[in-house]
Amino acid sequence: MWGNLESFSDFFVTGDPMILGAQVSIALAMIAIVFVLTVFKKWGWLWREWLTTVDHKRVGIMYIIASILMLFRGGVDALLMRLQLAMPDSEFLHAEHYNQIFTTHGVIMILFMAMPLMFGLFNIAVPLQIGARDVAYPFLNALSFWLFFFGAMLFNVSFIIGGSPDAGWLAYPPLSELSHSAGVGQNFYIWGIQISGIGSLATGINFVVTILKMRAPGMKLMKMPMFTWSVLSSCLMILFAFPILTVTLALLFLDRYLGAHFFTLDAGGNPMMYINLIWMWGHPEVYIVVVPAFGIFSEVVATFSRKKLFGYSSMVFAMISIAVMSFFTWAHHFFTMGSGADVNAFFAVSTMIIAIPTGVKIFNWLFTMFRGRIRFTTPMLWTIAFIPCFIVGGMTGVMLSVAPADFQFHNSYFLIAHFHQVLIGGVAFGYFAGLYYWWPKMFGFALHEGLGKWAFWFWNIGFYVCFMPQYFLGLDGMTRRLYTYDFDMGWGPLNMVSTVGGFLMGIGFLFQVWQIAHSIKFHKRDTTGDHWDGRTLEWSIPSPAPLYNFATDPQVQDVDDWWETKQKLAKGEKLPPKPALAPIHMPKNSAIPFIMSICWFGAGFGFVWDWLWMAIPSVIGIAACMIARSFTYDDDYYIPVDEIKRTEEAAAALKGATV
Amino acid sequence: MANSVSHKAEQHGHDHGHHHHDLESLKTFGFWIFLMTDVIIFGTLFAVYAVLRNNTAGGPTPEELFKMPGVIAETFILLTSSFTSGLAVLAMHAGKRNQLIGWLAVTFVLGAAFITLEVTEFIDMVHEGATIATSGFLSGFFTLVGTHGLHVSIGLIWMIGLMIQLRRRGITNVTKRKVEVLSLYWHFLDVVWIFVLTVVYLMGVM
Repeated sequence: MWGNLESFSDFFVTGDPMILGAQVSIALAMIAIVFVLTVFKKWGWLWREWLTTVDHKRVGIMYIIASILMLFRGGVDALLMRLQLAMPDSEFLHAEHYNQIFTTHGVIMILFMAMPLMFGLFNIAVPLQIGARDVAYPFLNALSFWLFFFGAMLFNVSFIIGGSPDAGWLAYPPLSELSHSAGVGQNFYIWGIQISGIGSLATGINFVVTILKMRAPGMKLMKMPMFTWSVLSSCLMILFAFPILTVTLALLFLDRYLGAHFFTLDAGGNPMMYINLIWMWGHPEVYIVVVPAFGIFSEVVATFSRKKLFGYSSMVFAMISIAVMSFFTWAHHFFTMGSGADVNAFFAVSTMIIAIPTGVKIFNWLFTMFRGRIRFTTPMLWTIAFIPCFIVGGMTGVMLSVAPADFQFHNSYFLIAHFHQVLIGGVAFGYFAGLYYWWPKMFGFALHEGLGKWAFWFWNIGFYVCFMPQYFLGLDGMTRRLYTYDFDMGWGPLNMVSTVGGFLMGIGFLFQVWQIAHSIKFHKRDTTGDHWDGRTLEWSIPSPAPLYNFATDPQVQDVDDWWETKQKLAKGEKLPPKPALAPIHMPKNSAIPFIMSICWFGAGFGFVWDWLWMAIPSVIGIAACMIARSFTYDDDYYIPVDEIKRTEEAAAALKGATV
Repeated sequence: MANSVSHKAEQHGHDHGHHHHDLESLKTFGFWIFLMTDVIIFGTLFAVYAVLRNNTAGGPTPEELFKMPGVIAETFILLTSSFTSGLAVLAMHAGKRNQLIGWLAVTFVLGAAFITLEVTEFIDMVHEGATIATSGFLSGFFTLVGTHGLHVSIGLIWMIGLMIQLRRRGITNVTKRKVEVLSLYWHFLDVVWIFVLTVVYLMGVM
């Protein structure tokens, strides 16, 4: 039954003191959680309010919590690598452990940190921005979250059970094939990403339909808030890119599990095909995560400059053209692999062209700030810091796109510095801005500004100290994925500086944790629902938003409709009377997404170990969940008018008490 | 209180039909988008097959392997099942529940016959020593054709579930949408099969 297990240490990773420490602390943390939930009798609450919820606001909060945990895990990985590289000939990590760490760092940061944080912000903001009661498919939305969550857990569990994958974040064959990676780590990689990838695809469908079909009356496409546009652009890319990932991982699995020859070196396999396929997904993927960050910057910069966003339609055009062009640049990731001058020239030019719409956006943000009354709040600080950072990252990207020059930069630390600059400076800064910006909407109180500014400066200074030296290390010939280097290479001092920068960012993260803890304890309740004097519909309702979001459908007339409404009120104009309250149609909670995702976890775990006794019942469980859902007709209810009235009156009283 | 409850019940009954109609069309729209992503899944598999098509690695070639009579029978059976699923939808629009279930049953039988033929074809190939592990060409072949077969099989299970629901609930807004979506799916698989027939089988033996 345990087939391929010959001893205890084949299952649990043993022999490494750091991993042993992690195993013990994970076990203790789990016992503590179970203990606290039992003592405070919170199991029922957890089940009813969170595990079975289909409310987009709660799903969003769960995404964000999970992604912050993953940021911690990925960040620890990063600091371990920096410690190892700080000095030449270091023996802190051995080669295999180092390979595992850079692999999990990459996968976790992109797929289990950036993606869920992005989906969390989608869930929090999009339905509220477009005046909708929920997403188009609330049940599917919950299922997406739980698929992500259990996929991420499956991937993470490899760290203590079976051993982590170590073939790089994109698992190029033949290294990731059975012939070169015989352990189960690579199986964890495939199934962890596959399961959460299915969730991402479903989210893509969900938000495209939500945005196209569920906008409030009067909100034409060209009146949508810019963040909503960026989500639409990102989700359209998801629809085209993620099916390719699904197929690619499935084929790699067939190679490993059934001995197929898609990407093997023998019997007619073609490893280069994998590299093409994975980047046909992988390149759009980086735009999938960065475009919503552009949307957040657009919201923040308009709100805190108290001006309309400059160049609305050029921004829309830029977002959509990036979505299209992102599918025509993938081969720039392997100029050196012998595609020939013609192919390289095409992809070099397409890569340079895609920089143009991004440049357009930068000018739009700058002109929005121009002659605005800027307030330097934390979301705005991250936005302002993003601009120079992303410009440098973008410029080095254009340098890399010059195919002949790329033969020099390829797979060196120059590349590492480039993509960390666009992913941290673009994506992470953007999502932090979004998190600070929408935090009051999520919880009804803002995060402490002072501590946020400390975190901001540590992150920013740390960023430049960490990554600027890496450009020079790359030009000096230091290649990526190098676990140690000789003293004579002369890379020691710059690496030491880079490590110091990494730890400064780590301190920045600790400040953020402190900031959150402090704000939970000592916050001042936001009673207005409009903490930042915002411009879009989400700020027109109380914070946190009531279960049904909008008591009556808002009637939209302008871009930045809420801002215009406030202007009209200030001028003493009368608003059209609100329609009478009517019962609100809501989806019921469901346990199926949670249970079905556990079945997916079981199936994934079973296939990882080739335990069919576990995989087959789990697959049957998945099918049973789908059938159960299909036979559920009683999946909705109505909130009666009385209850809506009570909720709205309570919110109005809270607001009135402080005015 | 009693007043508000009765008011609620009245509103509920009134609103229900309207909301459900919106919800159902929303679900059909989402299914179209899902089918689009499925197109990309098949598109990728076709591309992979095209790349590996000539990598027979000393194993059997398409000309040696494919037996066209069986494939042509599969094709006619699946095309006919698409026609009968269309008749099912017509019966549904005419409001004839039993006829609808009957045509779905015919579609089911044809689909099952298709799968049986395909599985038999696969088993024969494996007995001749042509497995997924033989060559790049066969890996691509079994995965592409097998993914289509898996889709058809899932459609069959779905069809059983739908027939039970139709028997229990009759033709309502919800079951109507479900039949429409299933028939979309079924026609889609038919189209994919035309490409499989052309790219894999016909181009393989010609």
